[in-house]
Amino acid sequence: MKVYADNAATTKISKIALDAMMPCFLETYGNPSSLHSVGQDAFHAVRDARNTIAKCINADPNDVYFSSGGSESDNWAIKGAAYLMAKKGKKHIISSKFEHHAVLHTLNVLEKEGFEITLLDVYENGLVRVEDVKNAIKEDTALVTIMFANNEIGTVQPIREIGAVCREKGVLFHTDAVQAVGHVPVDVVADNIDMMSFSGHKFHGPKGVGGLYCKKGIRLPNLIEGGAQERNRRAGTENVPAIVGMAAALKDACDHMEENTKKLVKMREQLIEGILKIERSRINGDREHRLPGNVSACFEGVEGESLLLYLDIMGISASSGSACTSGSLDPSHVLLSIGLPHEIAHGSLRLSLCEDNTPEEMEYIIEQLPPIINRLRDMSPLWEKIQKEGK
Amino acid sequence: MEYSEKVMEHFVNPHNVGKLEDADGIGEVGNAKCGDIMKMYLKIENDIITDVKFNTYGCASAIATSSIATDMIKGQPLSEALKLTNKAVVEALDGLPAVKIHCSVLAEQAIKAAVKDYYDKNGIEYNKADFEFEDHHH
Ligand SMILES: Cc1ncc(COP(=O)(O)O)c(C=O)c1O
Ligand SMILES: [Zn+2]
Repeated sequence: MKVYADNAATTKISKIALDAMMPCFLETYGNPSSLHSVGQDAFHAVRDARNTIAKCINADPNDVYFSSGGSESDNWAIKGAAYLMAKKGKKHIISSKFEHHAVLHTLNVLEKEGFEITLLDVYENGLVRVEDVKNAIKEDTALVTIMFANNEIGTVQPIREIGAVCREKGVLFHTDAVQAVGHVPVDVVADNIDMMSFSGHKFHGPKGVGGLYCKKGIRLPNLIEGGAQERNRRAGTENVPAIVGMAAALKDACDHMEENTKKLVKMREQLIEGILKIERSRINGDREHRLPGNVSACFEGVEGESLLLYLDIMGISASSGSACTSGSLDPSHVLLSIGLPHEIAHGSLRLSLCEDNTPEEMEYIIEQLPPIINRLRDMSPLWEKIQKEGK
Repeated sequence: MEYSEKVMEHFVNPHNVGKLEDADGIGEVGNAKCGDIMKMYLKIENDIITDVKFNTYGCASAIATSSIATDMIKGQPLSEALKLTNKAVVEALDGLPAVKIHCSVLAEQAIKAAVKDYYDKNGIEYNKADFEFEDHHH
């Protein structure tokens, strides 16, 4: 059996998105900036896509800007807000310890440039506390940027409440909603969001395309200079097929969100139940405030990459936050941020589902996991130690 | 990142996995914090490694390295086994991704630690400098 359970990494493009894209290659292939009718057709396709996406997140279409993806949008919003507010003498930015690297590395760069960065704790359950945001805001706070949902442990943050605090204090609020848009209800108005990043490939759209919602009146400096595309705010000939595909995918995701969520939560809980039957296993992140398709687990005495590769041999695609899959010597900063010791964080496994998965596939994963874990534990000196110490 | 076929072969079906209850020398290197621990068991007769087994907690690279390194020293005199370098092990695996080299250093160290244990247990003199390596590869 083949089971793709790595939808937080990326998703398969949906038939609906693909069908929407195809004419953009062969018929509506014009440059949206061209005045002739071939160009105008492309212009209309981009306009329609913007309207569709705006509707999905309850935004004014004029506040939706297309970009190359989540990383660009995060860079743009955070650097832009920082430079904008620095002109008013505000150089303090609040974020959290477990943001995506697109946010954290951007903040590192700003810190070197003289900005002061506060990274809030996310506690054992992987949730930012609204009180902490409130207490961290100072006179010179320029921006609060907190992710909507975490990409590894799937915890969904109290965005509306954080946004309300920011509004009250007059501080700009950005959220990296790359894992949330298309998966949980997102409403930029009700959720008090000033800026929001999203990415097409996380909801069955194409890769390399995303967007930034930026509320009217926030004059973010440009990240990419050049032509007059995106109302002079983001240069570069529009990736028309990708934009159109992303819009179709998002509409589909939002139209079916309720039924998808029901299905996903059922499968998620089925998996969790199966996983927790394994000795010395644990589920990471709050069990309630959680993406419908995210399961993040740790198995003591087992190293994540080995687990991942043995699962792959059995046809199961998953991911891990172990050091050896992160390309660094430390396990993922997300798992460390929720207080897991290194040796437990190394044994992590993330299974991220989508509505195409089935309960039969979950059953298959639950069947395959124990023998693989036993095999790895049988040859693990760490497991031997854990057994001996019995702690 | 991609592993060679050789690495995958040794990872999927590692050779010499297990323990030797009557080992003459046991070496354990690495630590849980870093995500790799390798434990090597040697049976030694007349200065020759007659049997070897390992237990490893770690990534595919760590497991494959343990497997091939134990193959390479089995049946060898201690003097030869001690000459085994990390480089030779990596070459025997048809290379490792650059970020994975650090996981492979443990095999060479585990062999040295096991031989040292054997020398210590049997009161055999040796040059301490030959057995010095950083406690861990980081
Ligand atoms: C939370 C989060 N932010 C940002 C990104 C980056 O998005 P993209 O791959 O579109 O640049 C990702 C995707 O990995 C993500 O999960
Ligand atoms: Zn490793």
